[in-house]
Amino acid sequence: MKNIDIKSNMQTSKFNWLQYASPKIFYPLAGKLIPWCLAGAAILIAYGLYLGLFVAPTDFQQGEGYRIIFVHVPAAWFSMFLYLLMALYAGLGIVLNARLSYMMATAIAPTGAMFTLVALVTGSLWGKPMWGAWWVWDARLTSELILLFLYIGYFSLQAAIDDKSRADKASAVLALVGAINVPIIYFSVKWWNTLHQGASVSLMNAPAMAAVMLKGMLVMAIGFWLYSIAVILIRVRCEILERDSKAAMFRQD
Amino acid sequence: MYKELGTFSVLYCVLARDIRVALRRQSDVAAVFFFFIIAASLFPLGSGADPKLLKAMAPSVLWVTALLSCMLSLSRMYASDHADGTLEQIMLSNQPTVLIVLMKILAHWLLSGLPLVLVAPLIGVQFNLSGAELQTLALSLLMGTLALSLIGSIGAALTLGIRGTGVLIAILVLPLYIPVLVFGAGAVNAVSIGMSANGALSLLGAVLAMALVFSPLASAAALRIALE
Repeated sequence: MKNIDIKSNMQTSKFNWLQYASPKIFYPLAGKLIPWCLAGAAILIAYGLYLGLFVAPTDFQQGEGYRIIFVHVPAAWFSMFLYLLMALYAGLGIVLNARLSYMMATAIAPTGAMFTLVALVTGSLWGKPMWGAWWVWDARLTSELILLFLYIGYFSLQAAIDDKSRADKASAVLALVGAINVPIIYFSVKWWNTLHQGASVSLMNAPAMAAVMLKGMLVMAIGFWLYSIAVILIRVRCEILERDSKAAMFRQD
Repeated sequence: MYKELGTFSVLYCVLARDIRVALRRQSDVAAVFFFFIIAASLFPLGSGADPKLLKAMAPSVLWVTALLSCMLSLSRMYASDHADGTLEQIMLSNQPTVLIVLMKILAHWLLSGLPLVLVAPLIGVQFNLSGAELQTLALSLLMGTLALSLIGSIGAALTLGIRGTGVLIAILVLPLYIPVLVFGAGAVNAVSIGMSANGALSLLGAVLAMALVFSPLASAAALRIALE
């Protein structure tokens, strides 16, 4: 009898997305999503690497060395995308005063910084055979380095403030200021110097590369996306446990 | 009974008070000034005194040194007001916090940015810069140091009352300073290779305009968080 009531209630009342802002509802949902995302990430990254390393043709100019872009380009995409996503959650946290949004922003930062580091390291590995130097001060590599500095600033501020609520809000302001600065920094660095080859993937023009290469990169990107979701959700769950360990939902008795 | 003050007289009071307080502790203001001169003088000692090399290095050396000098004094921007409770009073006043914050930033710039602008051409001469370059250097620093004070104020407000503030501010603020550095030093570099500095100076002006709008807002928000 009770079940039917709830069911009819669900159908008549409008579905409320905001209920997921409550850690109590979010925690088990995240727990259910994590294995699926991890499995999807493993399959897609394996398939993407297979496409990139075995199926894609050797590049006419760059030889086999170019294959590092299958990791490098998606990692660079996600380094920037995750920063903006972090700023978005930080902004949501400030506007809605939702603790879970701050926790999401906190959880996204390490993954974003990791992808930034991966993009920098793979970029430098690619640069050695192509440019003949481990490091070239070209616009995109430099902006990526500055992005890493912005992530480091976010971590440092959060680590320096003992009061969790203040740390959340202060680092949210910093993330938003950083997000406004990301395009300005990118533009200024580009103006300052550009050696890098032009963008080879763009949404506006038809890509100037073989379809299989694009497919490999996109598969890798979706794989990275699923990996990011899984890792971020795991981190948010830890964060909830850490902050709300005394909450009723975790009581054993 | 207290006389009700208008917004402009309150803003003037904040500015005048900040300057008066700073001038009572002149050693703080002088330290930033002399840090700039001493640090800039170290570079030729490290690189050798080849006039051509010095001339090529001058824009970056002077700009980076100016940037570091401005940053050194940031932690003081709100700290003493926070310590003696003035900041709470300011936040409680019925005048817009954003404008009061802007006045405090202006005071910081007048005390730590403007002296650098005035002395920079003198150091530029030591680095073998010529007339047009010195002019551009002074102009770019005039706009740039104000932008540095504006952006730095966000860092100062975010780290208010936190342990180890000095190094933390540097980590937060230095990446945000990069556009100012690029356009400021770029303007001087453009003149020294015989091009017009207008492009870089316009972009520097654009950065300054954006900082003028956003950073008092962000600083005020950060101060509110710090005082919660």
